Amino acid sequence: MMLANRWFPVSTFGDLQREVDRLFGTFGKCGNGRESRPSVYPAVNVWEDGESFFVEAEIPGVKMEDLDVQVVGDELTIRGQRPAFADENGTFHRQERSVGEFARVVALPAGVNPEGVQAVLRDGVLTITLPKAEAVKARKINITNQ
Amino acid sequence: MMAIATERCQPNCCDTDSMMGQTGTFAPIVDILEKENEWLLRADLPGATAETIDLRYERGLMVIRASVPARQDEKETRYLVREYGVGDFHRAFEVGEGIDASRIEAAFKDGVLTLHLPKAEEIRPRKISVQCDRN
Repeated sequence: MMLANRWFPVSTFGDLQREVDRLFGTFGKCGNGRESRPSVYPAVNVWEDGESFFVEAEIPGVKMEDLDVQVVGDELTIRGQRPAFADENGTFHRQERSVGEFARVVALPAGVNPEGVQAVLRDGVLTITLPKAEAVKARKINITNQ
Repeated sequence: MMAIATERCQPNCCDTDSMMGQTGTFAPIVDILEKENEWLLRADLPGATAETIDLRYERGLMVIRASVPARQDEKETRYLVREYGVGDFHRAFEVGEGIDASRIEAAFKDGVLTLHLPKAEEIRPRKISVQCDRN
């Protein structure tokens, strides 16, 4: 299973000097933070407007053809694979980026129109737009004066 | 030669939960692979572009920066789930003097930066032939 992309805001730790990693250092238990990252991959942000739900995930290194996005009912499934690089002869001094298959199911709060779902992958960011089903859209009720 | 050092641990670097969903500057995760003639560094920079990535090598320090503009209006957006924040990337590596800086190459594809740091001639491994001493 793959892990998430980010650690923590660097700005939390102040001056530049403390942000410097050593290229040739040994694996640090703390600084690599592998165990601290969420075990669910990919991490998602979900938001909505009146018309649609939006699901965004950061999946750098994943190609379009290695990605499968499905909607069944109100469940969105993101499945994919981050490939290992073929030319890996050598010694890893850091290996923070995980490779392999991943799958994540996102339960949406209401039904969507599966015909209108769109997914865009750009610079390692996947954005999925899911139009809300007509039945769950907010309606403005007109009030007539009598 | 190479800097010999241990990782500098941050006092609370393992506490990510409280920082989820924040904006700010983030340290990208990396792979560093040592090959015979080069160091290969890969960094995840999702949301960056080749134009927004700034790479500098100076006095033995390799600095990776990328500006990543907000993709949503953080005040107006109605988030239902917020598991990560979006912001600039910054991470620096102490490389030392063993790199041939004039031949550093970088490429960016699908949100992943690949950086080739060729080893300087004098630190590359050499095969030493053994002479037979018949005397």
